[in-house]
Amino acid sequence: MSRISATFEKLQAAGRKALIPFVTAGDPDNASAVPIMHTLVAAGANIIELGVPFSDPMADGPTIQRSSERALKNGTSLRDVLGFVTEFRTRDSETPVVLMGYANPIEAMGYDAFADAAAEAGVDGVLVVDYPPEESEPLTMKLRHRGIDSIFLLSPTSMEARMDGVARLASGYVYYVSLKGVTGAANIDLTEVSERIPQIRSRVNLPIGVGFGIRDGATARAIAGVSDAVVIGSRLVQEIESSPPEALLENLHRLVSEIRQAMDA
Amino acid sequence: MQMYDLPDSKGHFGPYGGVFVAETLIHALDELRTQYEALRNDPAFVAEFEHELKHYVGRPSPVYHAKRLSQKAGGAQIWLKREDLNHTGAHKINNTMGQALVARHMGKKRIIAETGAGQHGVASATVAARFGMECVVYMGSEDIHRQAQNVYRMKLLGASVVPVESGSRTLKDALNEAMRDWVTNVEGTFYIIGTVAGPHPYPMMVRDFNSVVGRELLTQMPDVLGRQPDAILACVGGGSNAMGAFYPYIPHTDVRLIGVEAGGLGLATGKHAATLCAGTPGVLHGNRTYLMQDANGQIIETHSISAGLDYPGVGPEHAWLKDTGRAEYVSVTDDEALEAFHMMCRLEGIIPALESSHAVAHAVKMARDMSSDKVLLVNLSGRGDKDMATVAERSGLTL
Ligand SMILES: Cc1ncc(COP(=O)(O)O)c(C=O)c1O
Repeated sequence: MSRISATFEKLQAAGRKALIPFVTAGDPDNASAVPIMHTLVAAGANIIELGVPFSDPMADGPTIQRSSERALKNGTSLRDVLGFVTEFRTRDSETPVVLMGYANPIEAMGYDAFADAAAEAGVDGVLVVDYPPEESEPLTMKLRHRGIDSIFLLSPTSMEARMDGVARLASGYVYYVSLKGVTGAANIDLTEVSERIPQIRSRVNLPIGVGFGIRDGATARAIAGVSDAVVIGSRLVQEIESSPPEALLENLHRLVSEIRQAMDA
Repeated sequence: MQMYDLPDSKGHFGPYGGVFVAETLIHALDELRTQYEALRNDPAFVAEFEHELKHYVGRPSPVYHAKRLSQKAGGAQIWLKREDLNHTGAHKINNTMGQALVARHMGKKRIIAETGAGQHGVASATVAARFGMECVVYMGSEDIHRQAQNVYRMKLLGASVVPVESGSRTLKDALNEAMRDWVTNVEGTFYIIGTVAGPHPYPMMVRDFNSVVGRELLTQMPDVLGRQPDAILACVGGGSNAMGAFYPYIPHTDVRLIGVEAGGLGLATGKHAATLCAGTPGVLHGNRTYLMQDANGQIIETHSISAGLDYPGVGPEHAWLKDTGRAEYVSVTDDEALEAFHMMCRLEGIIPALESSHAVAHAVKMARDMSSDKVLLVNLSGRGDKDMATVAERSGLTL
């Protein structure tokens, strides 16, 4: 069983929901990448989504765009990100790590080289924002062969036929993008989400994470009430952006702990 | 003649093209594809488009034998397809007119567009005004400074111009931002992409609307010359004017198709935008194609004297035509393009766009080694009014 499935099973048995923070690797600097990951886990994260910086993050709002630009200024490459995962694994063999990013850095490395390197580093899942199911099969098969889950997005505009297409290729969990727009754009519509989740559940037999527009503990708690996992990205990236270096880990720890406590309360 | 029936139903030209976008945009693209597939085969729609092209754009555009330029080059005859004479001064309006009509049929009241030089922005603002639609144009803040006059033209036409401050603050970032707008306002908004790039169906749709150029040539050349030209040359930024001229000629394998890219300061300097000549395949802006990128797959900044060619990608159909050898791609430097620009002004009384000057420059180069019974047809994609400031600055003047 994959580390991701095991994580969801354990949480379910305990009656808890997964908290999945997203941060861009290499923001604010490469040296902080692994300490940030350990801090997130210590504060209650169950899975880490690690953003691979890209020069043209078309699906991201200004907050994550800026974090990507900062990481690229630091020279953070896909190989560096895989290196962070390798280092993280020396101290944490349990927490799943999902790489999230855009197609081109993977295209440039080549599917086989990437899949091998990801497996070796201890990556558990890969979410390529601009590989919809139609274009993702070649990579998905190579990842599956190495025991790595492919995570896919579903959106409010995904019709039922598309859910079936996702169900065919997805493993680990699916990620419901709860609003029309880019990351960090607006606040989530709880009613819409609670109506959509059962519809997705009836067609996709995987845990469902919900993200985009979750910014505080109360919202996280409400979303956890109707889904299996809560993804928080822009709010954390904002915290990284606004924290002075010496307070960074402490601030992140506080924020994630608050959300965790709200979800568990 | 060999069969050519691309893209396939998923938008692929061999390994290129496709739909590489986030799930949030898939539904809008599906809807657009379905609507466009129906409209492109609807005689009433085709008639409506042709009516607008004739009475509003001013088509057909003439072909013209540039005799003094040919004489100066010494060798083959150079002919020009006069897209510079279209309303708004470039081929861009063929496409914006087509897409605005599609938008109208889909009941969309808000148009968005990206622009680099501002030509596509102006052409989009123009058709939006023509049909009474709201128009928002995304433009990199760098380009806004470089192309102040076109910014003012767009505003006169009633469009709002939104400066884009992300990334390199140029065309590629404007495209990213337009995509972000579209994904947010997807219901009432139609995104008019300005070249044969983006996710399917855009490369096909933009090609179709611009291929009026090649279709006119197919009948014009036999009329004025008694035969088809030996080669067709066109500048390639994203590749829409080139694709428009090339597409109807793909089965005519005795006509060479030559795309001319922006060589900037020279390919060896790395400061250029010659994507097909010097790039490698990858995925950007919704399709797989050749890209200017570093070893880590990050998109790198390009350089060209002409803002309209300053783009790190290229239409996926060009990538396919390159790999199959049906079309050839070459590059011309800033200096060579400028020299051709001045030759056109002095010898032909035509002030060409700097983009188009690249194609002229290569034609002059080629003509020298060919006999005078050979014919090179250059798609003169636009006029140079917009480039006055750039050219003057190069000559040490400020206007
Ligand atoms: C006159 C002219 N020619 C060519 C281009 C380049 O675009 P494309 O390669 O899509 O024809 C532009 C773009 O702004 C243009 O204004």
